[in-house]
Amino acid sequence: MSLVEKIEDTVVNLLRLAVTKLPKDVKEALEAAYEKENNETAKTQLKAILDNITLAEKTRRPMCQDTGVIIFYVSVGDEFKKIGKLPEIFRNATIRATKEIPLRPNAVHPITQKNSGDNTGRYLPYINWEIIQGDFLEITAFPKGGGSENMSRLGMLKPGEGINGMKKFVVDTVLRAGGQPCPPVILGVGLGGGADIAMKLAKKALLRPITERHPDPEIARLEKELLDAINDSGIGPMGLGGRTTALGVNIEYAHRHPASYPVGVVVQCWAARRASARIYFDGTVEYLTHEVGEG
Amino acid sequence: MTIYKFKTPISEEDVRKLRVGDTIYVSGIMVTARDEAHKRALEYYEEGKKLPVDFEGIALYHCGPIVKKVNDEWVAVAAGPTTSTRMDLFEAEFIEKFKVRIIIGKGGMGEKTTKACERYGAVYCAFVGGAAVLAANAIKRIKGVEWLDLGMPEALWILEVENFGPLIVTIDSHGNNLHQEIMSRVEANKDIIYKKLGLKG
Repeated sequence: MSLVEKIEDTVVNLLRLAVTKLPKDVKEALEAAYEKENNETAKTQLKAILDNITLAEKTRRPMCQDTGVIIFYVSVGDEFKKIGKLPEIFRNATIRATKEIPLRPNAVHPITQKNSGDNTGRYLPYINWEIIQGDFLEITAFPKGGGSENMSRLGMLKPGEGINGMKKFVVDTVLRAGGQPCPPVILGVGLGGGADIAMKLAKKALLRPITERHPDPEIARLEKELLDAINDSGIGPMGLGGRTTALGVNIEYAHRHPASYPVGVVVQCWAARRASARIYFDGTVEYLTHEVGEG
Repeated sequence: MTIYKFKTPISEEDVRKLRVGDTIYVSGIMVTARDEAHKRALEYYEEGKKLPVDFEGIALYHCGPIVKKVNDEWVAVAAGPTTSTRMDLFEAEFIEKFKVRIIIGKGGMGEKTTKACERYGAVYCAFVGGAAVLAANAIKRIKGVEWLDLGMPEALWILEVENFGPLIVTIDSHGNNLHQEIMSRVEANKDIIYKKLGLKG
């Protein structure tokens, strides 16, 4: 098998793993939420979620019918020689995955409203590139549903409002969303940069497992403080009341312009799907989020 | 908090028995419709054109499923509910014109839809968002599809279901809306949260 074929197969596998099997950190957080819930309706909602996860894994079917728009995060080593081929490989893998898994075709032209039928289109699949040193390629498939995406918000706050303004904006985003983004949610928060950077960082923050806190202790403290506060809201699983509204809050930041305080909040549903692998130039594949040999 | 099992067609009398918090399971015919299908159905009504599906007494499902064709027959792979608030734009009129009795989705619906449920005799039920494989397992057969030109998610999928649920009645035909009740409780908790975070209201 050529390296190009190997990469394409791995990308299809990553999409399959992502949509059929939740990463360990998310699954365990949902199980813990079920254990500590005492509201009866909330318990039925979490039970159905856990049953659904088990069934999806067993039957290798997408856990949610909304398999999102297809987004990849790609870190490519400067010594990895097939860089130029990658966009085409991702496109072909997306078409194959849509048919083989199957995924829901979710690429719609914004003017004609025509669905392309294969999840590709202008700018789709969308690839977030990063160049690193080394001879390998690291790929994360990140299919995210539209229901939670619709609850995401950007705030261009006044620097004078500072950290308190940010906290209020994040909490208000969750309170306004209620049950719509399929809670328990995970929040990705992006601080600083500009409007675009804040939103990019907010989504990228969701790649970090919810069991890991930000290395900066002040940011880590904010993550915990916001999570505790949000879980006092009483929104609960599916917005039908209960103790667990969010499973995690992950914050990323960039330095900001003196006149701007951008805050991006990306809301992620309980089906927080991501799958990563590292591919070396010699064709070796290492799966990073799921157990090796699966797929 | 009673558990009911219904088979379509469902009458207005059946629906009027239901109260917020009840759990129901539905068997019979269920049709999916999202934004585009609602819009087109109401356009058809305006123009006096006949709809390809009779919605009276059946369950309407806010869902854009993943389906595949196996030996010339459509099979549901994953079919969880979509966010219902988007259909608030159309639902009151839809209930009035087409006499749908049970609406299934997730996330709840607003004031206008609640009023239409009360006035014309319909309920809204919440199915667990994202529980797509559980839902697909209750779909015994896809009887047909209409308006496939709208794309797989937006088409009208005509489903034969058996004990589809658990569905929690969150808007009944007596003016009660569980989503709004919970959101007012959440609003009341806002002060507690702000205080905890050291914020002013």
